[in-house]
Amino acid sequence: MSATEIQSPRSAKAPAAKVGSNRIAPQYRRNGSSKGNFEMLAWLFMRLSGVVLVVLIFGHLFVNLLVGEGIHAIDFGFVAGKWADPFWQIWDLAMLWLAMLHGTNGVRTIINDYAEKDATRLWLKIVLYAATTVIIILGTLVIFTFDPCPVVNGVQLPGGFCPAP
Amino acid sequence: MTAELAEPASKIELPAHVGGGGEIPSFDVTLRVRRYNPEVSEDATWDDFKVTMYGTDRVLDALHKIKWEMDGSVSFRRSCAHGVCGSDAMRINGRNRLACKTLLKDLDTSKPITVEPIKGLPVEKDLIVDMEPFFQSFREVMPFLINRGHEPTKERLQSAEDRERFDDTTKCILCAACTSSCPVFWTDGQYFGPAAIVNAHRFIFDSRDDAGDMRLEILNDKEGVWRCRTTFNCTEACPRGIQVTQAIAEVKQAILSRKI
Ligand code: SF4
Ligand code: FES
Repeated sequence: MSATEIQSPRSAKAPAAKVGSNRIAPQYRRNGSSKGNFEMLAWLFMRLSGVVLVVLIFGHLFVNLLVGEGIHAIDFGFVAGKWADPFWQIWDLAMLWLAMLHGTNGVRTIINDYAEKDATRLWLKIVLYAATTVIIILGTLVIFTFDPCPVVNGVQLPGGFCPAP
Repeated sequence: MTAELAEPASKIELPAHVGGGGEIPSFDVTLRVRRYNPEVSEDATWDDFKVTMYGTDRVLDALHKIKWEMDGSVSFRRSCAHGVCGSDAMRINGRNRLACKTLLKDLDTSKPITVEPIKGLPVEKDLIVDMEPFFQSFREVMPFLINRGHEPTKERLQSAEDRERFDDTTKCILCAACTSSCPVFWTDGQYFGPAAIVNAHRFIFDSRDDAGDMRLEILNDKEGVWRCRTTFNCTEACPRGIQVTQAIAEVKQAILSRKI
């Protein structure tokens, strides 16, 4: 056993600290060094997206829950009406992307901070990024391809919001 | 002649109850010390020691009493015993402090006082940890003056304001109380840690130093300042009262404004 290299100085259970091992001058390693500004940009993105999200989310809540009839006005037709307007399409798109990326980056940070093994880290992040990708793509498709009156094989799907064809 | 040299008798009458050193109140206190000896067992255990101490005593005095009078195998580092050398940082009642600056009477003496090694660094024996990962990060930020100008014939002068800019971070005694109180450091020990950043700050904001950019580049690493979550554990732990979290924030600012 080459007992002189320890990746993590976390505990006395590290291999080189075993009973009776010749524990002389272990070499501690930082896991490589990174070039580039990714961590800095991620940090900056968190602050900026946070500020923008506060505006977007409270605007969203205000318009949906307080204006006009307020919460009682929310139904399928209300949402369909909003998404017929490019302004709300962009608003909701921005909210979706920023919230997803902000949240994903936050969870990425938590994984980095709390997962102790590199393999655990890798797998948790793969799951995280897959989930994020699916939700962002699905959400974006819904916002842009949303059709309140779908017609399948020439038959109007039941809904009751749409004029008869 | 000799009679005249004798010290004159005191003119102040002391009341009878003022005597020697007996007035300092004494009390019994239990120290619960974390013991680990890799030559005997891989498991760490707790040992309780009951000692009679005085109101002026510190945790270090209690440890001395234990080591000198009860169990000579209790191991800990200390050197100056006066908060200068930074060798006796330990986790006392769950908080990182210097044993030589923590008065027993300031702790709750009705319950056992727990004394553990600082967290996140490999324990060598009892309260002694391997400081090498800590000093490795410290060395990586190049904690020394780098000046590319001509060698001056006299000292390098600096205005009082320029000196004031980094005054706080000059106080560091490298005790590792901050780094070993940081939850990000606990996880994998890869983060540079507050102490390295504090000592980089000391030179980054020194008007006489020319290598600030290099140090900022080093701390822009993925294990650098951006891993700081501003939990303020370091500021709370620092026995020198350094505003550690603020120093880290200033380094973040400096990297940002340099890049953007
Ligand atoms: S910044 Fe404070 S706590 Fe950290 S090593 Fe220096 S003196 Fe110790
Ligand atoms: S022994 Fe030197 S700082 Fe406590």
